[in-house]
Order: sequence, then structure tokens, then C-alpha cells
Amino acid sequence: MRSRLVADWGWPLFVFVALAFVPKLNVSIPKLFDQPISSPGTLALLSACLLFGGLALTYDLQFGFTGLLSFGHALYIAVGVYLSNIAITDWHWSFWPSILFTMGVAFLLAAVLGSISLRVGGIAFAMVTLAFAQAGAVLALKDPHHWTHGEEGLGADYTKLPKAFVGILNTKNLYWLALAFCAVVFFVVRWAVDSSPGRLWQAIRENEQRVEVLGLRPRAYKLQSFVLSSTLAAAGGIVYMLLYNGSTLVVTQPNFTLMLLLMVVIGGAGSRWGAVLGGILYTYLNDRLIAIGSSSTVNDLPHALRTPIEQPLFLLGVIFILIVVFLPGGLAGLVVRGRTSGLRRIEAAVRPEVDAA
Amino acid sequence: MSTFVLLTITGLGLGAMYFLIASGLSLIYGLMGVLNFAHGAFITVGSYGTWWTSEHVFGGVHSTLLRFLLSALLGLAFGGIFAALVELVLIRPLYARHIEQVLVTVGLQLAFVALVTGIWGPDAKTFVVPVWLHATTDVGGAHIPNDRWIEIAAAAAVLALLQLFLRKTRYGLIIRAGVENRAMVQALGIDVRKAFTLVFAIGGIAAAIAGVLSGVYFNVVAPDQGTSLLIFAFIVVVIGGLGSIGGSALAAVVVGLTQQYTNYYGSAGVGDMIVVLLLALVLLARPRGFAGAVTGARA
Amino acid sequence: MSAVATRTLLSVRDLHVYLGQSHVLQGVSFDVPEGGVTALLGRNGVGKTTTLRAILGLVDRRGSVTLGDEELTALQTHRIVRRSVGYVPEDRDVFAGLTVAENLRLAERDQEPRYDLVYDIFPELERRARQRAGTLSGGQQQMVAIARALLNDNRVLLVDEPTKGLAPALVSEVARVLERLAELATVLLVEQNLGVVRHLARDAIVLDQGRVVHMGDAHELLAQPELVRRLLSVGAA
Repeated sequence: MRSRLVADWGWPLFVFVALAFVPKLNVSIPKLFDQPISSPGTLALLSACLLFGGLALTYDLQFGFTGLLSFGHALYIAVGVYLSNIAITDWHWSFWPSILFTMGVAFLLAAVLGSISLRVGGIAFAMVTLAFAQAGAVLALKDPHHWTHGEEGLGADYTKLPKAFVGILNTKNLYWLALAFCAVVFFVVRWAVDSSPGRLWQAIRENEQRVEVLGLRPRAYKLQSFVLSSTLAAAGGIVYMLLYNGSTLVVTQPNFTLMLLLMVVIGGAGSRWGAVLGGILYTYLNDRLIAIGSSSTVNDLPHALRTPIEQPLFLLGVIFILIVVFLPGGLAGLVVRGRTSGLRRIEAAVRPEVDAA
Repeated sequence: MSTFVLLTITGLGLGAMYFLIASGLSLIYGLMGVLNFAHGAFITVGSYGTWWTSEHVFGGVHSTLLRFLLSALLGLAFGGIFAALVELVLIRPLYARHIEQVLVTVGLQLAFVALVTGIWGPDAKTFVVPVWLHATTDVGGAHIPNDRWIEIAAAAAVLALLQLFLRKTRYGLIIRAGVENRAMVQALGIDVRKAFTLVFAIGGIAAAIAGVLSGVYFNVVAPDQGTSLLIFAFIVVVIGGLGSIGGSALAAVVVGLTQQYTNYYGSAGVGDMIVVLLLALVLLARPRGFAGAVTGARA
Repeated sequence: MSAVATRTLLSVRDLHVYLGQSHVLQGVSFDVPEGGVTALLGRNGVGKTTTLRAILGLVDRRGSVTLGDEELTALQTHRIVRRSVGYVPEDRDVFAGLTVAENLRLAERDQEPRYDLVYDIFPELERRARQRAGTLSGGQQQMVAIARALLNDNRVLLVDEPTKGLAPALVSEVARVLERLAELATVLLVEQNLGVVRHLARDAIVLDQGRVVHMGDAHELLAQPELVRRLLSVGAA
């Protein structure tokens, strides 16, 4: 019992605290980073890695732990990214009320849309979430009230933001913010999954019918998971907005959700830390591959080899496919042996009907 | 009045494109239970295949019409072959692993678009089409771009051919039965899986036609053309009913016209939102066949 | 088994089937002798339908299934069927969107499907050839389901509750058809209607809770009401 406490909470805490020291380390890691890791450029990359690690984990809460495949997770991230910015920049609210407002809206939206969407399961659920996210994307694009500024995007009014988050000298503060977000998501998810509703989410993933037979209503529990996941994602959206100093339409696209899906699967769906790892790795590779792609060594390569490197999504997509086919447990599945691997466990939830004799 | 005519014909043209994509998607999901996101890649194979062939194989042909037709023919062939390969190499090995099949098609779509962007760049490429297609025809005071006629004609032709195939051939019979009850078809001694590759190939060819026509419609080919059409095609499939070609045709017309009318008579974007919300509505009201696997998806 | 020694046509050994968490078949073993009708009996839910489906490979199973000299266990369903195994499923499973003729055409397997025989036994089907199977009555659909199995020269027929839900007049008709079927092929018949069983079956196998609990002559079994009541929970039909 005590060793589990250490393993579940002690080690991760240690890791997160250790990571907090990164901005103080004026260390160069030549192959991995262009500049010392405490430099603003590298810190910005690391911040993005941690942010997406957290965002990927919010997705995994639904997908890997509860067996809900959603194609519209980006909607809630977009709420975080846009609504906070709109309140500050368009409506001239101050910072904290905007944040609270955004979180409240995200929570309510998730509760309402979630209860509607969860009336169906499996692929139908995935398509309904996609539909709602698309509706949001159209709204953001057409921008009837001139709030989002459509394709131009909306830069954040930095005079309204906390001084600590503005300016290149404060990159380390943003790093700590991203780290805090990732840590919070990690521990909240850990706590939620280990709690008794959490165990039910996993039971639902395995065999929803059995949960029903026990007299419980799976839909209520699925909704819990969905709302928690979406609300956390909105918080991540706010961090995103601060990190990138504004809001653009990229967070409203279906590809954004799919990117999270890739991160989760590559890292390992439903594993303890796979999603975080997937998010970090994906973000890092995405950035580095572009950098490598413009380096002189690559320019000398034949055209056929250059393409995959210049287009990170090609390589990442291929890795993703390979993992789905050969390693359904993702990278985490490589390390943690003896458990039914990530995707296999979700299979039953997405395709619930079992042959009845 | 002439605006109405223009909207109607353009709406039908749009619906035609949706149908071309949705027909393959519908059969694939109806028969195999696979939600094929890679369909976008098939569209891209059609459009880029035609463009590339037009530039590099038939570049010297004088008649633009001939050049276009020959290139399009090859583009279609590429689409069908690519789709068949995808089924054999990626889908079939994942038989009965439904979620992995969906994920693989998602991954393929992303990787493929990235590949095309990498090889030919993100910019749109001009498409050589017969001049006639750029002109307009006067109908009731409205100036209808001629490419709309081709789109409608192509969709109608595909619809007719598909119905003929389904009703008159043995494989068509197997597919129609398989969409209803795959296990029973197996229990009659028929290996349904042979039909899978065929259905993918058909879907690939129809999607490639849509790709070629989108190149005509937009005058250019670009890497992300496939993806933007795909979402609306999904909507058409859901509204029209799985595995139902007739249903897809009807739904395609409804969606295309609704989009055109509401986007014009309402405000821009309203049409898209309505259509998207219609998807949610239909799924919530009638999830049969989409909520989980298609009946008897065992054998 | 019956007094006259007959060859075993279909042999099932140690069949285990899990559906979800449920251990539905727990080591089922029996032989089906060649020729005539063998009845597979038991209360509702004991695994009779699952047994037939397991033989056909429609559910995942462990154990062994042998037809004649050939091991069927490793084969996929459609290959098993091509070894001359016919199947009349419990809910008929006709294709509603297809016409009667199309349903039959789909079922054609041999070089020369026996349409003469089928239309001789079921003249109704010839009349309704162009009718969509979904619009047929339950009894007519049952005819289609049986006709599909009759069309080909099958060695063994797996027939699952063909009289279920039919009016008594139809039950007799189906029984008559089954009699003719039995002349042409070995039949493994799952049936709840003991009158039909008494009329047709030579041997009987009884299942209970996923296991075989009785094998023997059908008439001997049905002649013992106490045994019948214990195994099948019904009075003599």
C-alpha cells in the first residue's frame, strides 16, 4: 500500500518538482536543443511540450480511461483559447473574471453537449462530437459579432494580462504555468481514475452491459468523465492562449483533436503516463523535424527522403499507423508488460454489441 | 428568380460532389463497419493523379478535352488501385479490430495529406481543363458555370452504374446482403471479404471522380481539398442511411440545396451550421447501425 | 446410440465457448450418426443455438469439430459451409431487402442448384419469386430459410428451431418438409416442440448448462416422462 502511494504520487511529484528547476539550468544539450535549456527559445518549446502533455491527458481521460472516442475535444480547448481572450480583449474585462467566466462556460457547455452526445455511443458519439465541434468552428470562422476576427485571429491585449506572463523575459513564468497545468491535470486525473467513479469509468470501458446489470447508470458516469475532461481541456486552452499570446482558428479544426488522438495513441492510451509522454514527444518531434528539415544536411538529401522530414505530420502519421497496427499499447505498452494493451481494451466500448446466442 | 435557379443548380452540383464521396463511404461502412477517413486521401489521389498525368504524361496532347479526359481516366484508375491497396494492406489485417481500423484510416489521411504537401508543396496547382468548362450557360436568366453540369452528370452516371452493379451482378448481390447481415452471408458459404476490396476500389474510383471534379470546380488542386469535402460527405452518409446508395443520393441533394439556399437567403455560414447540426440530430434520433457495429459483424 | 451401428458423420469434442464473461459451452462432446435426424434438446438458454454456431465457426470456440474425416475447427465459416454443411438459423435471417429469388440465388453453392426440388416442395416460393423477403410472413420466411439449405447437396444440415413462432398448421408442414430433408441429408435439429421431435428424430442429445447430460435413442428418451420433465422441464408433448 505504501509502495503504491510512493509509486502513484511520490515519483510523479518528484519528477514535476525536478522539472521546475529547468529554467535555472544553463545547460546545453546539443543534439536535442539548439540553445541551452534555460534560454527563452527552448523554454518556449518545453512549455508547449508540457502543455500538450496535459492536453493529451485530458483527452485520454475520455478515450483511454472511459472508452469514449470523441472527434470534437478541440471545441473545449477552443472555448478556453477564444473566450478568455474575447472577454479580455473585446469586452475589456479584467483577467481573473475572464478566466472564471471561461471555465464556467466550458463546464456548462460540456455538461449540456455531453448529455446530448452521450445519448448515443460508439462511432455515433464520435460523429456527434465532431458535428458540434464543426458548428463551433463555423461560428469562429464566420464571426457574426466580430469577436474572434475569423481567419486573422485575435491577438491578446497584453495590457490586461498579468505582468508575469508578458514579455520574453518572463518566458520562464509561462514555462512554470505550463508545468503547473500538466502537473495539475496529471494529479487530478490520477485521483479521479482511482476514485470510485473512476473505477466505474474503466469498468464501463471494459463492459458497459455489466455495469448496467449492476443497477448503475453508465451514462451518468460517462458524463462525469466527459465534463471533467472537457473542463480541464478548457483550462489548457487558457494556458495556450497565454503561451501563444492570442487565438487562432487552428484550435477549432478537426485536425487539432486528431492530433491529440495521435499523441494519446502513440504514448499509450489508458496508461498512467502514456498520454503525457505522447504529448511531449509529439510536440518536440513536430518542432525539431521542422528545424532539422531546414538544415543544410537535409537539403543535400535526395528529394524523396526530404519530404518525410520536412512534413512532420507524415512521419508522425506513419509512426501512429505503425503503433496502431503493431503496438496498440503505445510506447507505454513497451514498458509496462502484462497488461491488455491500450486500444484493445477500448475496442469493446466503441463496438459494444457482443454476440448473444 | 434567376438567383434561385443559380442556387438550385449550384446546390445540385455541390450535392453531386457529396454523393460521389458519400456513395463509397456508405457502402464501406454499411458492409464492413469501417469509418473510412482515408477517403479524403482517395479524393486527393484522384485530383493530384489527374493533374500530374495531365502535366507529365499527356502534356503534349493538343486537344485540351482529350488531355483532360485521358488524365482523368488515369486519375480514376489511380484512385481505385490505391483504395484497393489500402484495404488489402491496412484494413484487412485489422479485421474485427474496429477501433484500430478507424484509427488507421485517420492516420493514413493525415500522413497522406502531409506527403502530398511535402512532395508538391502546399500551394494550389492549376488544372488544365477544356475552355468550355469555364464558360457559363444561360438558364432562365442565370449564368450557370458549365462545370456544374458535368458534376451533376457524373454523379447521375455513377448512381446509375452503382444501382446496376448492385442489382444485376453477383457481387452486387453479395454486397447488398452483406450490408444487412454479414454473418449470414458467410454462413451461406460466401467469403464476404472478397467483396471488401471491391467495395473499397469502387469507393476509391468514385472519390477520385470527386477529386477530379473538385479540381475543375476550384480550378486548382490543393492538398487539403479532400478533407474539407469529407466532413459534408459524412453528414450525407449518416442522413442517407448506411449502405443505401439511394439514400445517399437523396441526402446529398438535400444537403447541397440546403447549404446553398440558407447560406444565401440566411447569412453566410448558417447553411453550414444547419447541415452540421442536422447530422447531430439524425444521429441522436436514429443511431441504428452507427452505434456500434453493423448487425452480425462476426464471421 | 441406436441398435444398428451407423457411421458417425459429425463429431464434436470438448467444445468451449465464452460469450463475454459467460462460459456458455463447457466441454460439449457428442457424435451425430450419418443419416436421419438427431435432435439437440434442452431448456432455453442451455447453449443449443451456440452449439450450432460453434460448429459453423460463427463464434470463437475451443475444441474440435470433425465432419467425416475432416477437421473443421481451423476453417473459416464460409469454408466450413462449403464442405457441404447447410444452416437454417433460429431467426431465419433472410435478407429482407432482397427478393425471394435473390435470397435463393445468393445461397447457390453447387454447380447445379436443385431448384426443381425446392420449387417442388415450396411451390409458394416460385410464385413469390419477385417479392421482397422482408414482406413475407413468418412461415414464408421459414420456407425461404429451409429452401436455402435445400438448394445445395449438403451432407449435414444444422437446423435451429424451425417451428418457432409458427401456427400449428405450419408446424406440421415444416415437419413434413424436414422429413423430406432427412431423406437427403443428415440433420442436426434443435427443437423445443417435442411432438416434432418424436415424429422425426432417431437420436437425441440433451444439453444442460453448457454440457451434454444425455445421449441416446430419441424414442426411448421421450417414453420416460420423468426423465423428460427433469431434463427438459416440460410435460410430454
